[in-house]
Amino acid sequence: MSQFLYLYRMTDVARQENMGTPERAQQSMQRWMAWMQELDRKGHLKDRGQPLERTGKVVRGQDKTVTDGPFTEAKDLVGGFTLVEARDIDHAVELSRGCPILDGGGSVEVRPVMKMDM
Amino acid sequence: MELSEHLFRRESGRLVAALTRVFGVHNLALAEDVVQDAFCRALEVWKVRGIPDNPGGWLMAVAKHRALDIVRRERTARTFAPELTRALESEWTLAPAVEEAFALWTIRDEQLRMMFSCCDPRLPEEVQVALVLNVLCGFAAPEVAAAFLTSRSAMEKRISRGKKVLAQSTRLFDLADAEFPARLSAVRRGLYLLFNEGYHGASAEAAVRTELCAEAIRLTMLLVEAPETALPETLAMAALMYLHAAKLPTRLDAAGDLNPLVEQDRTQWDARLVEEGLALLDRSATGDVVSAFHVEAAIAAAHATARSVDETNWNAIVGLYDRLMSIAPSPIVALNRAIAVGQRDGPDEGIRSLHGIADVERLCRYPFYPAAIAEFERRRGNLDVARDQFSAAASLARSPVERRYLEARIRECGLLMM
Repeated sequence: MSQFLYLYRMTDVARQENMGTPERAQQSMQRWMAWMQELDRKGHLKDRGQPLERTGKVVRGQDKTVTDGPFTEAKDLVGGFTLVEARDIDHAVELSRGCPILDGGGSVEVRPVMKMDM
Repeated sequence: MELSEHLFRRESGRLVAALTRVFGVHNLALAEDVVQDAFCRALEVWKVRGIPDNPGGWLMAVAKHRALDIVRRERTARTFAPELTRALESEWTLAPAVEEAFALWTIRDEQLRMMFSCCDPRLPEEVQVALVLNVLCGFAAPEVAAAFLTSRSAMEKRISRGKKVLAQSTRLFDLADAEFPARLSAVRRGLYLLFNEGYHGASAEAAVRTELCAEAIRLTMLLVEAPETALPETLAMAALMYLHAAKLPTRLDAAGDLNPLVEQDRTQWDARLVEEGLALLDRSATGDVVSAFHVEAAIAAAHATARSVDETNWNAIVGLYDRLMSIAPSPIVALNRAIAVGQRDGPDEGIRSLHGIADVERLCRYPFYPAAIAEFERRRGNLDVARDQFSAAASLARSPVERRYLEARIRECGLLMM
C-alpha cells in the first residue's frame, strides 16, 4: 500500500453555490459523510486531514516579498486535504471519483507521497 | 455524530434573527452573507473532522465571531441596529451586546418580530408567505418556487421585492406598536396560508408538503409561547393546525394519491397531535369572541375524534358550519356545509343544499364543487350524471394529484355501470 494526498480545490463561487443555502449545505454534508465513511470502512483513510483557511500570505524571492494570499492566479483554492492509502495511483484516482466535491464544480488533486525506502 | 435532519434550515432562521438584532434589518443581506459564510466554514471543517457534538452551537459561535469582526471593522462606516448603537460603539459593551443577541430568548423574540415584519400589509400575501419561508424557515428561492409551483426566477423576484420592503426600515416590528392587533391577524393569516399550502397544496411531493405544515406549526407555536400573541384566536388556529396535521399520515395513499376521508385508516392518525389539538382548543375557549378559527377547529375536532365517517356527529358539524357561515361566509364554507348536510340527511338533501349555495358561480373553477355533486349522484345511483360531473371536476384539477384522484373516481363510476 502507498500513501496519497487528496487536495480539495474549489473556487469561491462554487463554494458558495454548493454550501451557502441550508438545503445545499445539508445535502453536501450528507454526501461527504457517506464518502468519508466508505473510505474509512474499507481501510483507505490514513489521516482525515485538516481544512484550510482561504486566506494567507505568500513569501517570495530573495528579497522575501510578502503578499496577501490567497494566490490571485489560482482561482480554485485548496480548501483542505486528506491522506489515503491505496495500491497505486490508479487505485487512488479511482477512490477519489466518489468525492462529492466533483459534483459541485470542484476538483481533487491526487498526489503520491514520495516513498523514502531506499 | 449523525447529521440531524434539516439542521442547516433550522439554524438559518435562528442565526438570521440573531444577526439582524445586531446589524439591524436594513442590513438583512449582510446577515444572510454571514450565515452563508458560517455554513461554508462549518462544512469545510466537518467534512474532514466530522460533525461536532453540538453543531448548532458551533454554527452560532462562528456567526457570533464574524458579527463581532464586522462591527469592529465597519462601525464607523455603517449604521447597525439603532437599539444597540451605543452598546456597539464601545469595546466594553460590544461583546456582551452581541452575546445577548444570540441568547435563546432573544432569538425567540427576534423571530417573532421578524414574522411580524414579513407580514407587512404593503406586501401581497403571497410575498409575505414567501418571505417567511425564506427568511425564517431557511428555504431557498428554488425550494419555495417548487412548493408553490412557480418558476424559480418569479420566486426570486417575489422574495427580493419583499426584502426590499423589509430593508426600508432599520428595526423590526415592535410588538408594543399600535398596529399590533391588525398585524397579528396578518401573521395568523400568513401562517394559516402556509399551513394550507402544505395541507391542500398543489405541489406533488408529499415530503415538501409535510415540511410546510411542520414549519407553519413551529412558527405558530412561537406565537403560542409568547404571552402577547397567545390570544384565544391564536390558540384556536394552533388547535386547528394540530387536528389537521394529525390526519396527514393518511391524506395520501401509498402511491402518493389523495385518499378520501371514508377510506382513511383512522388508526394511522397521530393520536398525540389530536390530543395536543384538543388541549389547545380547550385553552382557546376564553374571552367573548368566537372566531372562524374556533369554529373550524371544533369541526376538525369532531372529525378527529369520530371512529368512522358513519359514527361522525354530522348534526353537530352542520350546526358548526351554520355558525361559520354567520362569522365568515364564503361559497367554500357553504360547499362544505352542503356536504355535511348530505352526510346527515342523505344524498337528495346534499344535492339540494349544493344547488342552493349563494354565489355558486364563484365556485365555477373549483374542482370539488362538481366532485361533490358527482359523489351524491353516485350514491343516488345516477352513475352517468356522476361520471360527467367527475369529468367536469377533473378538467378543473389544479395539480396532478387532484387530477389522478378525480380520474380514479371516473373509472369507479365506469366500473359500477358495467
